[in-house]
Amino acid sequence: MKTFKIDWLVLPLIGVACVLVAWSVSSATWAKELPSPLKTWEASKPYIVEPFAKRGEMDQGILRFTWYSLTLVAQGYAISLLIGTPIGFFLGLSKTFTKIFDPIIQILRPVSPLAWLPLGLVLFMSAGKEAGTYGALFTIAICSMWPTVLNTAVGVRAVPQDYLNVGKVLKLSRWKTLTKILVPATLPYMFTGFRLSLGIAWLVIVAAEMLTGRPGVGGFLWQEYNSLIYEHIILSIITIGVIGFILDRLMSLVEARFKAIS
Amino acid sequence: MSKFLEISQLVKTFPTPKGPLTVVRDFNLGVKKGEFIALIGHSGCGKSTVLSMAAGLTDVTEGGVILAGKEVTGAGPDRGVVFQAPCLLPWYTAFENVMLGVDQVYYTASAVERRQIAEYYLTIVGLGESMHKRPSELSQGMRQRCGIARAFALSPKMLLLDEPFGMLDSLTKFELQDVLLDLWQRDQKTALIVTHDVDEALYLADRVVMMTDGPEATVGDILEVNFPRPRTRKQLMEDPEYYRLREHLITFLNERSHLRPGKEASPALAHH
Repeated sequence: MKTFKIDWLVLPLIGVACVLVAWSVSSATWAKELPSPLKTWEASKPYIVEPFAKRGEMDQGILRFTWYSLTLVAQGYAISLLIGTPIGFFLGLSKTFTKIFDPIIQILRPVSPLAWLPLGLVLFMSAGKEAGTYGALFTIAICSMWPTVLNTAVGVRAVPQDYLNVGKVLKLSRWKTLTKILVPATLPYMFTGFRLSLGIAWLVIVAAEMLTGRPGVGGFLWQEYNSLIYEHIILSIITIGVIGFILDRLMSLVEARFKAIS
Repeated sequence: MSKFLEISQLVKTFPTPKGPLTVVRDFNLGVKKGEFIALIGHSGCGKSTVLSMAAGLTDVTEGGVILAGKEVTGAGPDRGVVFQAPCLLPWYTAFENVMLGVDQVYYTASAVERRQIAEYYLTIVGLGESMHKRPSELSQGMRQRCGIARAFALSPKMLLLDEPFGMLDSLTKFELQDVLLDLWQRDQKTALIVTHDVDEALYLADRVVMMTDGPEATVGDILEVNFPRPRTRKQLMEDPEYYRLREHLITFLNERSHLRPGKEASPALAHH
């Protein structure tokens, strides 16, 4: 019991302390513009103590900003799963499909969100005021889709021949083979993809908000940089990290559940 | 009596990096309705390939398989297959695994009737108490029981069993052999079992087909097993005929299995 607490509480706290020391030393010596931990806390306090306050468009509690960001991520992420999962199935099932589309996927996959966003804005220019939202959604969807696509494809290819033989012997229809054998057998892989995709979707949101100036954690970060309030940059970074961590943990829990079944 | 299953001039060739490899060649076998055939041979001789072709899971290179007057062109629920690994879908319970097949075959029956069919076979194989458990909660032997129930519940024309008890300990194996014989007798099925276990072949089968070693494996010899049914292990053990047949099988597997029939080699070559 005692070692258990040391493992998950004390040791990680030592890590946090190390970073705090390095941060304090840096701000006191070579990086004079970097606010110290204490100054950061003081400047951030109103945003943390009243996390849902709304004092103005770009002056809101940190959790309120987080909420805006999360809603946008959720929409973009949903689009990416809805498009990415079927593509993954086609890639896994058809060699021809793989030969046609795999090269282009491999080329599009490493493109940075910063490169996609301007294209997204151009694509939805006709949407006027909503162009920023649509462009951001486009960017989140296209950047976060690839882990889902590739993991699903790997999962479909890894379905044991034995299970497929069961389907063949029973002469299951294509639809039944898909829903009763392929999808359940692929689920653990799909969820690994979903988890990685969510991580990327959360990464992209910040870039998208910074460039479009939408209210949210990323938009806040960029605005405070322009207003020279550097403490809030650090507040935003910590928030982004913590939220990303929580999302990943939640997805891991779901993923573990599906791994346990099959 | 006319042949229910007719395997004629069967050839199977697999492509390999070193060129095509003929695993089975000129394999001929006729099986009467209701007959229990055991196909025995060394591991890797191609006996499972023959079964897989009869099941329609592997394509035939040359020759053909005719079941009840129709050529086998693909897999289908008219042949119940029991694999070496039970191949249950891990995300379904034993009952749901059986139902998957029952729903396919008895699509005109009512939901209640279909449930009853699945429950009936699961109970006979001894899974009455644990039919709603997932495969991960069942022992290896119980999983194979479920595999057998699934095959019989399809009400197939023919049963094809690919070393179904190969992975079980001998006590469980004996139990399941009895379960299999019991079901086979109730439903009056035609059955083909692939095995490398001499005692299993003699206990279950009406005829034991001995295969020569691959490549180009074929039927080496066929042994009639005329013990009365229902058989008991004890009765067989006390019959001197049993040991004569056993001797015959073992001699074939040890000394003659590498010889293709028709080109009876000289003793010198046989001991090469």
